[in-house]
Amino acid sequence: MLANQLAMASDLVRAETVEATEFPHLVTRYQLYGVPHTVINEVLHIEGAVPEAAMLEQLAILDDAPKMRKLAADWEKRRKG
Amino acid sequence: MALLDAKTQSRLRTLFTEIRHPVKLLMFTQAEGGALECSMCSETRTLVEELGALSDGLETEIRDLVADADLARLYGIDKLPAIAILAAGSPAKDARIRFYGIPSGYEFGSLIETILMVGRQDHGLGAAALEALRRLKTPAHVQVYVTPT
Repeated sequence: MLANQLAMASDLVRAETVEATEFPHLVTRYQLYGVPHTVINEVLHIEGAVPEAAMLEQLAILDDAPKMRKLAADWEKRRKG
Repeated sequence: MALLDAKTQSRLRTLFTEIRHPVKLLMFTQAEGGALECSMCSETRTLVEELGALSDGLETEIRDLVADADLARLYGIDKLPAIAILAAGSPAKDARIRFYGIPSGYEFGSLIETILMVGRQDHGLGAAALEALRRLKTPAHVQVYVTPT
């Protein structure tokens, strides 16, 4: 619900709720072992419920280009694992 | 057979009286009503249609991912079933909120809450969240993976 609130409040945010069992290819792609699991811009992953403060912290990381580059590289490595 | 029982319908009718600004559920399926329509698509379509019948403030539109490919692209729809939540009007304003798969269990509650949020045109966020959004420069694509409970 928080993601939906953020999307309504900002044109920069898109929020999608995805029923995992209906999309097994995405469960594989994102290596989901449990739900809820939040994926932001492909590379930020949060397991479990996300309190507002944690979500806002994650959003702030999106503007940190060097950190995002590192996270993207880590994520590629894990995906190819 | 109705997905929403009479008691649920009655509760939703009451809740939907809170809709001040009409909301539109734009649903995408494929091969509507035919043997090839995916079972979750057909159930989700039924759910959307039943919800739409409960309030004048809730419009519904059913589209086909293939036949209406341009519209699907416009709304960034890439899998089925999909529900896009819009503020109704001409033109409708995209709230950038999607539900993929049938919203059942806990997620049904989220769908209803989201409809009411858009219908009240009040996201209900506090100062900290608004400040974070004001600072945000990078588009954020947030996917929340759930399962029915």
